[in-house]
Amino acid sequence: MNTEHQILTPELAEKQSLRREEMRADVLRPLEKIGMLGKLWIAFLVIILLIGCYAYYLQLKDGLIVTGLRDYATWGIYISNFVFFVAISLVGALISSVLRFTNFTWYRPITRIAEIIAVAGVCWAGLIIIVDMGRPERLLNLFTHPRLQSPILWDVVVVSTYLTTSVLLLYLPLLPGIAICRNTLTNKPKWQRWMYKFLALGWTGTEQQWKIMKRSIKMLCIIIIPLAISIHTVTSWLFAMTLRPGWDSTNFGPYFVAGAFLAGTACVIIGMFVFRKVYHLEKYITEVHFDHMGKLLVFLALIYFYFNVNEYFVPYYKMKGAEARLLNDLFSGQFAGLYWSAQLFGMFLPAVLLIFKKMRKPGIITLIAVPVVVFAWVKRYLIVTPILLNPYLPIQDVPESWMNYFPSWVEIAIVSASLAGVLLIITIFARLFPIISIWETLENEGIELEDLDKLNNEKA
Amino acid sequence: MKMENEEDKSDRRKFLKLGALAGGAVLLGSAISKAVSLENPKETGEKVKVLTADGKLVEVDSCHLKHHPAVSQMAILESRKGIEGKKFIMVIDLGRCGNARKCIEGCQKMHHKAAPTEWIKVKEMKDEGLSSPYWMPQPCFHCDNPPCTKVCPVDATFKREDGIVLIDNERCIGCRFCMAACPYNARSFNWADPVLPFGATEEAYSPETSFPAKRGTVEKCDFCPDMGKHGILPDCVTACPNGTIFYGDENEDSVTNGEDTFRLSELLKNRAGYRYLEDLGTEPRVYYLPPVNRNFPFEEDTVAHNTEDYKAI
Repeated sequence: MNTEHQILTPELAEKQSLRREEMRADVLRPLEKIGMLGKLWIAFLVIILLIGCYAYYLQLKDGLIVTGLRDYATWGIYISNFVFFVAISLVGALISSVLRFTNFTWYRPITRIAEIIAVAGVCWAGLIIIVDMGRPERLLNLFTHPRLQSPILWDVVVVSTYLTTSVLLLYLPLLPGIAICRNTLTNKPKWQRWMYKFLALGWTGTEQQWKIMKRSIKMLCIIIIPLAISIHTVTSWLFAMTLRPGWDSTNFGPYFVAGAFLAGTACVIIGMFVFRKVYHLEKYITEVHFDHMGKLLVFLALIYFYFNVNEYFVPYYKMKGAEARLLNDLFSGQFAGLYWSAQLFGMFLPAVLLIFKKMRKPGIITLIAVPVVVFAWVKRYLIVTPILLNPYLPIQDVPESWMNYFPSWVEIAIVSASLAGVLLIITIFARLFPIISIWETLENEGIELEDLDKLNNEKA
Repeated sequence: MKMENEEDKSDRRKFLKLGALAGGAVLLGSAISKAVSLENPKETGEKVKVLTADGKLVEVDSCHLKHHPAVSQMAILESRKGIEGKKFIMVIDLGRCGNARKCIEGCQKMHHKAAPTEWIKVKEMKDEGLSSPYWMPQPCFHCDNPPCTKVCPVDATFKREDGIVLIDNERCIGCRFCMAACPYNARSFNWADPVLPFGATEEAYSPETSFPAKRGTVEKCDFCPDMGKHGILPDCVTACPNGTIFYGDENEDSVTNGEDTFRLSELLKNRAGYRYLEDLGTEPRVYYLPPVNRNFPFEEDTVAHNTEDYKAI
């Protein structure tokens, strides 16, 4: 809260109430009607999702033979995609929690965008990992015959805990917003009105409700930081706990966490740009937000650069046996094009370009953020596949297709479907609930909805 | 006293015999029961002795025997323990390998595996620029500090008392973490429905035989414990025309390739036995003897092997 707490005089309360009404109207306007373009967008996502479902049906029918995976490249883009989703989901914790412990308040209108990206990402991370299983019908074996020594079990525990916490961190600050929807959007279909009523949990804005909510959020914000770091560290351990050259690295945990923050922040910038444009939220998501996010991106790209130096330059200096083969493959071999593009567009360029204030304008920064996200995905592909194709023992006497890995159309369809699924969750959420938190944004302006509610409740 | 004792012993022997007979009968029954319709059992005329639950020995026609699923479940649990008193071990003499690739064929035939899956591979190796190339047969190393069993989330792959690392393909969820964790790529995956001999799916599965294979599960060289416990050598050993592979028991301190038998400790000492990538700390149970005093000069392979991908697609 950047302003001193003021005593709420009736005149001031009147003024603040007007401001609240104005913001409520601005934020709820996009929820009133879905335009033609909005419908087309949803239809497009659903079609991609359905194609993915059909591809998965084929995979269930014939087995993983329909993928490009074989005995050497035993993990492919399903796993890369899983790591990518876990990575982008970390941004929820960064924006709504880490920044909360600083004195900044500018980030408050974008917390919800960050949180819904986190929830959508971690949901699909859980689903895509099942797609990679050869025996998905035996999923319950994880609970009937669990081996706690396996990093997969740690991942199951951490991903589900993180999902729960993220959903709560999305849901609790949303309560006043749902109550507003319940009270305002009375012309909606019955199921939707019923949903608002149910989800609002009888929120009326009493003093006690505000107190419980704010306190719970504070607690969740503390819990989610170690959780977020664990979820991605454990995910990095799926690789780092093995003896393979390229994965056998003690740097993997922080390297993954740093990359995750970078990718997630770029996702939020894109989200901010889209919602600002489509929902006409220029008043709330301002150029200042893009400017700050740009600075954050520079900072995160530099941290990621630091871990990349440790991850690639240190072994490159030593050129140890099997690791040397892998590094040559990455730096100048078959993966060189992808590797250098990922480093350039995913890390170097944003770090350099966004230093300049002109580059931190909404349009340009989004143009810079898109390749950051795309190459964050590519980077995760580069973390999985080249290592598997560069084992200690030479790959010999195997069919040609085993020596390389190229994803089959089934894999591409399923991965596209999962990406569409993430966008669909975000789209549908933003069609049903306010994408900007009204009370948190108004607190920035020194308006405490808690006090207003108190006044109103006293009047009534 | 002595008399009584002997009587006692012979009684026990008789009982054991009967038990074995009953066990055999159950197995036989399982095979026969498939052949005849269950509703209408046809007398086969073959009488088998079985032990009833209250301890009586009765003779029934073999057609009345039915395979009981609990027996195979028991077998799976039993196969997690390992054979008491054994410590299976392998020594591969690189000086003898001439890339005949008969071990691969023998293994595939014995385990009903079709190409391109090879549980034992023969790799062309060259340690560094000046050293001479050599052929290296590579089965699963059955490590004493196995990286694969460590990472399994459901305990589907496990290390037994007798040193063998096996997979229970009725437990495996197909996550392939063990394949990613194995630094030697010893493991294979059933990407498609495995090609099995006729009627194989009816057979009771055992991790000791790794048969029948199942789609979506991991498999690998199982060190043939089902044969080893009866003193039979694995097919990779017997199929090799050069006696490259020695199989044996560390506790007995002996290994054999079927023709020559060596004292394990002396063989490793005298011939400078080593383990591949010792530095990784996986403690393999497969030792190599360096490729010196070779039986054959190294000849470059002119034919490409194993070039066909799965036929299923």
